[in-house]
Amino acid sequence: MTAGIAVDIGLAALVAAMALWTILVRDAYAAVIGFIGYGLLLALVWVRLDAVDVALTEAAIGGGVTGVLLLRAVGALHRGAAPLEDGPPPGPATRRIAALACAAVAAGLAFVVLGVSGPAPTLAPLAAEHLPATGLKNPVTGVLLAFRALDTLLEKVVLLLALIGIWSLSPDGAWGGRPTLGRPGRASDTLRFLAQLLPPVGIVVGIHVLWVGANAPGGAFQGGAVLAAMWILAMMAGLSPVPAIGRPWLRAALVIGPLAFLAVGVAGIFIADGFLAYPPAFAKPLILAIEAAITLSIAVTLAMMVAGPPQRPGAP
Amino acid sequence: MSLLLDIASVVAIAGGAFFFLAGTVGLLRFPDTLSRLHALTKADTLGLGLIVLGLLPTVDSVLTGAKLVAIWLLVQLAGASVAQLIARAARQDRPQGVPQDGPPP
Repeated sequence: MTAGIAVDIGLAALVAAMALWTILVRDAYAAVIGFIGYGLLLALVWVRLDAVDVALTEAAIGGGVTGVLLLRAVGALHRGAAPLEDGPPPGPATRRIAALACAAVAAGLAFVVLGVSGPAPTLAPLAAEHLPATGLKNPVTGVLLAFRALDTLLEKVVLLLALIGIWSLSPDGAWGGRPTLGRPGRASDTLRFLAQLLPPVGIVVGIHVLWVGANAPGGAFQGGAVLAAMWILAMMAGLSPVPAIGRPWLRAALVIGPLAFLAVGVAGIFIADGFLAYPPAFAKPLILAIEAAITLSIAVTLAMMVAGPPQRPGAP
Repeated sequence: MSLLLDIASVVAIAGGAFFFLAGTVGLLRFPDTLSRLHALTKADTLGLGLIVLGLLPTVDSVLTGAKLVAIWLLVQLAGASVAQLIARAARQDRPQGVPQDGPPP
């Protein structure tokens, strides 16, 4: 027991140190590396808290996909011809006000978190009691896909909106064209080797993570992130062309998840108790079907987010 | 028999932890990028292999054991490939700082 506490204290100290480093370091590249390490440490924290579902998501999204996204952003900043013109650096008064505002937010958060007395109110017993009705064994998937399905649906829409936001940064001439990922035609042999060897394994792992999500830690987001990583790897190595963002199949893959979710949700009004309700006899197959569609959409959305806005016109 | 297996587990896991420690010391102490990469990836591959070997007698099903071995193989693949990629990037960045174990580009 004491060994566990020692590990927890060490882990907490490491997370805090990593967070500080990420904020304080001057170099953007070093900050991103720090952020990736921070995400992986945070995943370990979630494992220690027995929240393996969250740990998987944190490692895949917080450490993995966000890390690549930020690395590419730093790379794009370095490639830019002229450095960003921010005007004169902020004066001492501006800095003091910013520091005060940040300190006030931190103090407010500390006050709220430390002020909670007793155990926080929880719906966990209620969720556990009704889990058998969904046919699932993983309570996290039950909450995400059945009890709080509306939140999950909106989350997927937010993901799509984020991608639209990225695409809206594309130059006029490149709209509907191809994003650039990696250095086309100049990928190293090592990268090509890795991109040939890893995806067969990764695709199986991604689908496995989705499938076991019904009964054990895993699910659409984690599986989708693994699949996205495999596609990104293949595109970076030049083994798979980056699709033009105007392609109909790409657009269809992006929206099929939210659309399937919405369709089942609306059907719930007629064949079950209401919007986003499942008929008890078909709850599990319906949830798995939605998850499969969502996984595809998440994988494509994440990969296209990493690929970024289109840079060159491509045949639509 | 089970005592012997336990002792073998402890010895292998302790050996694995030692290699992780050695790799980390190398990462912190070695002078240039390529040596640091060498210390990190080689020692970690061996260390993880020993830890997986030590954990194998303690698993309760063949599937779990196979998963452990698969994790080790994947980490080996990722470690070796990423080490090559980082080494290549480091050499392209700094052609004049050629280390002793590589010909000048």
